[in-house]
Amino acid sequence: MAKLTIEDLKKLRDSAKKSTALREGETSVKVTVHMGTCGIAAGAREVMDALLQEVTEAKRSDIRVITSGCMGMCSSEPNVTVEISGNEPVIYQHMDRNRMRQVFKRHVLLGEVQTDFALARVK
Amino acid sequence: MRELALHILDIAENGINAGADLLEILVEESFRDNLLRISVRDNGRGIPKEMIQKVLDPFYTTRTTRRVGLGLSLMKEAAKRCDGDFQLESKEGCGTEVKIIFRRDHIDLAPLGDMTGSMISLIMGNPGVDFIYDHDRDGKRFRLDTREVKKQLDGGDITHPEVIGFLRQFMSEGLAEIKTAIKEE
Repeated sequence: MAKLTIEDLKKLRDSAKKSTALREGETSVKVTVHMGTCGIAAGAREVMDALLQEVTEAKRSDIRVITSGCMGMCSSEPNVTVEISGNEPVIYQHMDRNRMRQVFKRHVLLGEVQTDFALARVK
Repeated sequence: MRELALHILDIAENGINAGADLLEILVEESFRDNLLRISVRDNGRGIPKEMIQKVLDPFYTTRTTRRVGLGLSLMKEAAKRCDGDFQLESKEGCGTEVKIIFRRDHIDLAPLGDMTGSMISLIMGNPGVDFIYDHDRDGKRFRLDTREVKKQLDGGDITHPEVIGFLRQFMSEGLAEIKTAIKEE
């Protein structure tokens, strides 16, 4: 396979532009990976990695992935917050790759809150 | 932290939280001089003079959610542990640069680790911030500049899964290339 160059990105321009348009409109799900020092040390980057793989496979452009800092609950890190529009955000604790996959497949895609991993519901 | 790449991710997040919109990350591996240099520079709001010493104190933090701030302290300890050097330069209103030098073959030096994973996390989580990643391995270089990426995308979303997939492959191929280039010699 030929080596990728930055110019190859042009091929992705159209789909990326569509995604910008969508982002400026409605996003139906927001997933936040908390990446403070505590989160990173506990494995937040691996959680992010698994999440990105899932988002890619799901082919849904209305899901936004963002990072944020520490919430002050360092002992429960890695934390992930899932916010489906119209619902209260749910914070998950002690996440790892597998838990992230389960939360994505069940909660993000199907709307079933995974209470076993949940830390809190934000009211 | 198990990897230097995680320290870099953490320090870079500091810069973003300080309002930076451009972050430059430099990794320089020199086998000749037996050194590993890392620099993370941001154009955020900077640290006031009287606070520079304080930020290295693990029990100092500006945040209100908890009472300890470990990021920079951990990085400094990591450098100290392997006969390294840690420097923090900051100018209020201009930005901050963290420079760390390690002895490359020191037994206590953590592996550099998954730099691609760290950069992808940064790019994905902060689409409004630009990143320059420069990696020099005895003169062989790899560079990723998200400003160029955004130019190619012409307004397209850098966090689009296909774009992120592309960047991941682009970076891991690029880093693998400068790695093998050394072995062949």
